[in-house]
Amino acid sequence: MSASSSTELNNTRSTVNRLTAESVTLAYDQRVIAEQLSVEIPDNSFTVIVGPNACGKSTLLRALSRMLKPSQGRVLLDGQVIQSMPAKKVARTLGLLPQSSIAPDGITVADLVGRGRYPHQGLLRQWSTEDERVVQESMAQTGVAELADRYVDELSGGQRQRVWIAMALAQQTPLLLLDEPTTYLDIQHQIDVLDLCAELHEEQGRTLVAVLHDLNHAARYATHLVALRGGEVIAEGAPNDIVTAELVEEVFGLRCQVIDDPETGTPLVVPAARKARAKAPAVAATEAS
Amino acid sequence: MKTNRANRAVRTPGGLSVRLDLRTLTVVLLLLLAALAASVVLIGTGDFPIPAGDVLKTLVGSGDAGQEFIVNELRLPRVLVALLVGASLGLGGALFQSISRNPLGSPDVLGLGQGATAGALVMIVLFSGSANAVTLGALVGGLGTGLAIYVLAWKQGVHGYRLVLVGIGVSAIVTAVNGYLLTRADIVDAARAVVWMTGSLSGRSWDQVWPLLALCAVLVPLVMANARGLRMLEMGDDVSYALGVRVERVRLLLMVAAVLLTAAATAAAGPVSFVALTAPQLACRLTRSPGPNLLPSLCMGAALLVTADWISQRVFGADQLPVGVVTGVLGGVYLLWLLVTERRAGRI
Repeated sequence: MSASSSTELNNTRSTVNRLTAESVTLAYDQRVIAEQLSVEIPDNSFTVIVGPNACGKSTLLRALSRMLKPSQGRVLLDGQVIQSMPAKKVARTLGLLPQSSIAPDGITVADLVGRGRYPHQGLLRQWSTEDERVVQESMAQTGVAELADRYVDELSGGQRQRVWIAMALAQQTPLLLLDEPTTYLDIQHQIDVLDLCAELHEEQGRTLVAVLHDLNHAARYATHLVALRGGEVIAEGAPNDIVTAELVEEVFGLRCQVIDDPETGTPLVVPAARKARAKAPAVAATEAS
Repeated sequence: MKTNRANRAVRTPGGLSVRLDLRTLTVVLLLLLAALAASVVLIGTGDFPIPAGDVLKTLVGSGDAGQEFIVNELRLPRVLVALLVGASLGLGGALFQSISRNPLGSPDVLGLGQGATAGALVMIVLFSGSANAVTLGALVGGLGTGLAIYVLAWKQGVHGYRLVLVGIGVSAIVTAVNGYLLTRADIVDAARAVVWMTGSLSGRSWDQVWPLLALCAVLVPLVMANARGLRMLEMGDDVSYALGVRVERVRLLLMVAAVLLTAAATAAAGPVSFVALTAPQLACRLTRSPGPNLLPSLCMGAALLVTADWISQRVFGADQLPVGVVTGVLGGVYLLWLLVTERRAGRI
């Protein structure tokens, strides 16, 4: 590809990740959220961005998905400045599931999922057999195939989130960005959605980037964790390497212990108790850090 | 495997495919048929009634000379204006309601009708302008109001509620201006203004048909070519943007088209009320399909206006009652019914 030649010169590393933010400054109107922020999304990773409220994690995701144009710096997709690429071409490479989505009144599941095919369609290629196949497949993968003819308004929150993920899957993008996909779901459905994401990552080799609120979910599911505070990357790497009590205190201002998750061996953050509620000797404390 | 009705298509061996929803297609065809049938009946209605058969014969060019004059010179242009105005209002209404994601986001509520009225009143009251000047004034007034609403509502993208609220605000201001202009008018101008403001089709000739037809010939294909983008926009800006829709471009283009359609229709027939509001809602209930329902709304608008004109002539006699009164009454009843049923369904 000719377009990527310019960035190959700048980039001396042997492997170039597909999606990177290069010293971007992100701002809404005059309010600066992050300055000189650089983040690389490792290919084939399940990257999770964590951080306290208003640390800029959703803003970063919006910049990575070209919803927000950096006031300085640039976001590169396959070596090209993402803003300069044709809209549909980006949409065939990178999908985004925003935090809140509107389902049009009276829309059925299959119709909604089918709309994910938009970037693959044109005026005279409105609904191909390939579109049909991918939609069926996406619904099967997310377990909503039997809901195909139901109205989206009638579904439970967990089902609805699966339908939206199916729509994003139908877009068939190698990169998929999810903004807080577990918000508003109860714990069972949170795990359900995260398991689904992990499956998509492991079985289909998609690169996933998610913003999550729950640090323990992040540590359990992420292969690559990016911890943000005040628009800066405080730490990034595999959860087992970077999640420590010190890091959690630095990023979230929360005193805690970090123990091994008995199910997965990943770090598990246990917030410190108020004095009045604390047990006298902390049993698990010796194992941590 | 059963295909969901939203995802049916006709395909050619060459890999081309076009979505085809049988129910929507049926609704479009039936509405077209209804609009044409009502047109034929309407042409036959008046002080000199002509049977439908003779109307058809005359339309294809084999009627007698007297009927030919009445049909082709007097009544056909008026019916064509009714069809075109109805179609423009139906389509404009569907576009606005879809862009604002709100059934109340129709041009009547947003103040486009009032804006066009202001332009027309300025011409009638301040300049005692000719019919053409009034048409031009209405067009400019409608376009200016549309532009003002867009500029005021624009803040990193026009959003539904803001668009509706800004529109209601603008509408209130322009209504006040219109009231002031009317109080300044002498009795002759005032009478003329009030007839115009009610929305009337009487005396419309080929002069009104051609510009409207030309505008529709350009705008309808343009709008239909962007309908797929609009369909995506109903899922919110973020999702459509992520799917590769050039959100602001599509929205601006379609809003301009909707404003033009509405302003031109209003300039031709006055602010015929409620067609833009009700046609898309009725069409949507017939197709039972989400999405903008553009073509069904267009056909519904045309059928509604021709039918309303027929009712006004049939019940009250030729040119006794402006068609706007009928659409206003029918539309008002429909709106109340809608509010009551929506409340029962727990949506309001």
